[in-house]
Amino acid sequence: MSSVSVRDVTVAFEAVQVFDGLSLDIQEGEFIVLLGPSGCGKSTLLNAIAGLLDVAEGQIWINGKNVTWEEPKDRGIAMVFQSYALYPRMSVRENMSFGLKMARTPKPEIERRVARAAELLQITPLLDRRPDQLSGGQRQRVAIGRALVRDAAVFLFDEPLSNLDAKLRNELRVEIKRLHARLGKTTMVYVTHDQIEAMTLADRIVVMKEQKIQQIGTPDEIYHRPANLFVAGFVGSPQMNFIKGRIENTGEGLSFLSGERRLSLAGYQFAATPLPGREVVLGIRPEHLKISGAGTWPGFKVDIVEPMGADTVIWCSDGAGSVQVRIAGSRRPAPGESVTLHVDPTEVSLFAADSGERL
Amino acid sequence: METISIRAPSVASSGTRIRRSVRTRLPAAFALLPTALVVLVVYIGCMLWTVRLSFTSSTLLPKLDWVGLAQYTRLFANDRFLTSASNIVIFGTLFISGCLIIGFLLAVFIDQNVRGEGLFRTVFLYPYSMSFVVTGVAWQWFLNPGLGLQKLVRDMGFESFTFDWLVNQRMAIYTIVIAGLWHGAGLTMAILLAGLRGIDSDLWKAARVDGIPTWRVYTSVVLPLLRPMVITATVLLATGVVKLYDLVVAMTLGGPGIATEVPAKFVMDHLFERNNIALGTAAATIMLITVVSILAPWIYVRYIRPQGRHA
Amino acid sequence: MNAVVPQGRRPRHLTAGRIGIYAFLATAALFFLLPLWIMVVTSLKPMEEIRMGNILALPAAMTFEAWTKAWSSACTGLECNGISVGFWNSVRILVPSVILSIIVGAINGYALSFWRVRGANVMFGVLLLGAFIPYQVFLYPLVRIFSLTGIYNSLTCIVLVHVIFGLPTMTLLFRNYYAGLPIELFKAARIDGGGFWSIFLRVILPMSTPILVVATILQVTGIWNDFIFGLTFAGRQNLPMTVQLNNIVNSTQGERAYNVDMAATMLAALVPLVVYFVSGRWFVRGIAAGAVKG
Repeated sequence: MSSVSVRDVTVAFEAVQVFDGLSLDIQEGEFIVLLGPSGCGKSTLLNAIAGLLDVAEGQIWINGKNVTWEEPKDRGIAMVFQSYALYPRMSVRENMSFGLKMARTPKPEIERRVARAAELLQITPLLDRRPDQLSGGQRQRVAIGRALVRDAAVFLFDEPLSNLDAKLRNELRVEIKRLHARLGKTTMVYVTHDQIEAMTLADRIVVMKEQKIQQIGTPDEIYHRPANLFVAGFVGSPQMNFIKGRIENTGEGLSFLSGERRLSLAGYQFAATPLPGREVVLGIRPEHLKISGAGTWPGFKVDIVEPMGADTVIWCSDGAGSVQVRIAGSRRPAPGESVTLHVDPTEVSLFAADSGERL
Repeated sequence: METISIRAPSVASSGTRIRRSVRTRLPAAFALLPTALVVLVVYIGCMLWTVRLSFTSSTLLPKLDWVGLAQYTRLFANDRFLTSASNIVIFGTLFISGCLIIGFLLAVFIDQNVRGEGLFRTVFLYPYSMSFVVTGVAWQWFLNPGLGLQKLVRDMGFESFTFDWLVNQRMAIYTIVIAGLWHGAGLTMAILLAGLRGIDSDLWKAARVDGIPTWRVYTSVVLPLLRPMVITATVLLATGVVKLYDLVVAMTLGGPGIATEVPAKFVMDHLFERNNIALGTAAATIMLITVVSILAPWIYVRYIRPQGRHA
Repeated sequence: MNAVVPQGRRPRHLTAGRIGIYAFLATAALFFLLPLWIMVVTSLKPMEEIRMGNILALPAAMTFEAWTKAWSSACTGLECNGISVGFWNSVRILVPSVILSIIVGAINGYALSFWRVRGANVMFGVLLLGAFIPYQVFLYPLVRIFSLTGIYNSLTCIVLVHVIFGLPTMTLLFRNYYAGLPIELFKAARIDGGGFWSIFLRVILPMSTPILVVATILQVTGIWNDFIFGLTFAGRQNLPMTVQLNNIVNSTQGERAYNVDMAATMLAALVPLVVYFVSGRWFVRGIAAGAVKG
């Protein structure tokens, strides 16, 4: 049984249609991350699932129940917001118990749930403080705690870590992952524009752009087999190298050709074998380019060397264009040095130049 | 040697920098001079002069004798002044609380995503653009028992209907309150509405997910957040209360009898019509003391205490 | 039993709550509009109709006679030249007062927020306190000072008074606005060799349009609506419209001509009403910015 199911949903703001028949199925206990640049519709989708936004068409199902017309509080969801949205002038304890009190939950039960959530998030010592006496990280913990006490089957996160500094973001990210593991069967839907969060947290990532789902897949699939040029370019840092060229049929099978350079595509898993002569874009992740003595592509010159600690990014150019190469940190070529690059055809991605779709 | 040769010019240059900075700041000081003079002569000088006059026996012309607190003793035995003082308390309390309550209700109702929001806002605020004289004259006409509201209701068949507050000694001050509310409630609405619009929309979403009823969100979550706006509105309204003069002059001229006299009018009458400068300035001094004693805690909270509070 | 499958937009019912909201707003709107309505219809009726008829009713025989009379021949005490005299007086007071008070306010605000002048903040603090102190505390000595200098009861006098008592709000308004501008802008101008006046005129003033608009709205309505200063300082020759209106309405002998009173009232309210309707949201911004906050 799927936990959350978005069926053919259309959302409209005034006269502008935001989604046009969007569907998405989320399994019970799954951690789904909606990833995309701002304005891609990921938050809109989350708000539609929460019921904070009316859908114009289609249905939303949560836990086998059609909740399209239900109020957010009756959907069996809990939600955490970017701006924490803690109730001001209420203590942490009151913040966490306010919703339960409104739902007339018995007092001992409220206390039990608050205590459990506080312990889980290690905020027990903060229970009697007020939000303005807490740091950003503590506030977001409290906001998660407030969601936790609802005992919901589905957790919705709307960019919960975006207001925090880098260090806290890493800490809380791990905390959220641990929480998901510990809660077991709780489904989590998490909106972010941060690909690291998406890669580290998700069971499956939904990449969105311009109100459309671009690809749904595990972090590995998204990273290694991006469905189109957008996904390939959006995920991964430094960005994937793109080289324009075309497919040719040489004696030993299909090859990629760009100017003087060619790459035999033996071993590449085509989604659909293209016709020779087709215009394509070759995508190579920087870490899949190797600097070697006897490589596929000689004649590159090192432009700029960017040491990053664990590894080093090297910008190489050959007059026609430039590529980024990521190598382990220890041995670095010097700027100006000539290098030969090696490409493994099983690790590259090919996209149709016209549609941008993966071949 | 090198260190000395380096230091020597740097001392010289820092010396010229000081002199230059004084010279470049001179125009700034010069530009502020007229205002400084006004502050000194008008805001401080005139104030002290008024206080000084209240200890004299000046009548038509100012004298600089000293009669101690004699004028204040007379003042607090003066019916007209006592009525003025009690009137301003009644007016101030009802006007400020009324404006805040009506203004808050209007702001909340407008905030319910209603059609014609702009129209409602315009209608509620337009009285604030008009003068107190206009407000007073308009309400004087509407509440006039002979031809106004009372006649209207009587003509509709309720022969015994009576609404004569305007000419009723006991009730006249409340007509001033009504006119004041009409004039000022929209302002409070506008300030509070701006505050409501500034509230983080995530907070509303969180409350909806938690299933908190709308009215409860307003009382438990929104109202505490609006506190700065409520304070701003209260300060604005309070300064209006202290200045209450034109409205009374235009609407009732302090009457019937002395039923709607207010301190500002008491001072004006004694200074410029009744030729009793000393008593007028004594009343003005009492106004000053009242305002300062109300203001002091607010200034303390707002400007002196905040160190370290806003982290 | 539930045959309808929930799908698409949540069905909206016109709930009692929604009706209540609109009922409340409509009632409130009526309360706020009533005086204006009554003023307008009264001003368009002949006196017989006012005496006999319903105060709310539309005029049966509509006439603009009261408006012409109010404008040109209504009596303010002894003279009977209508409220037009007051209108032109108000204009003559308004224009120099608004311009001068804004100039002074802008210069003060600029000097206070960008230049460190010793004692300036103390001066500003006293000025702010002055904004809360009732005018009655200053009026009598001020009258004496103006009498001594010989400008009491003149146009110069009333304009000066408006500038003096506009100082706190105007200075605060510009100071707060300039404090919001990036200080780097000023520093860059200093490095480029700008002096006090050249930075003000070439860099700061061109960025001040929004606050100039707000200040103008605030001062035009405020000065036009002033009563107490006009009464005290303007002198009989320069009485502003508000004072004239009060004289027309409250000092007529014999039977009062309510239609003329209301026409005069409408005329006196016209300028601020136009400013209000034209300026729209700027008006609210002006009030909020003029409020002491910090």
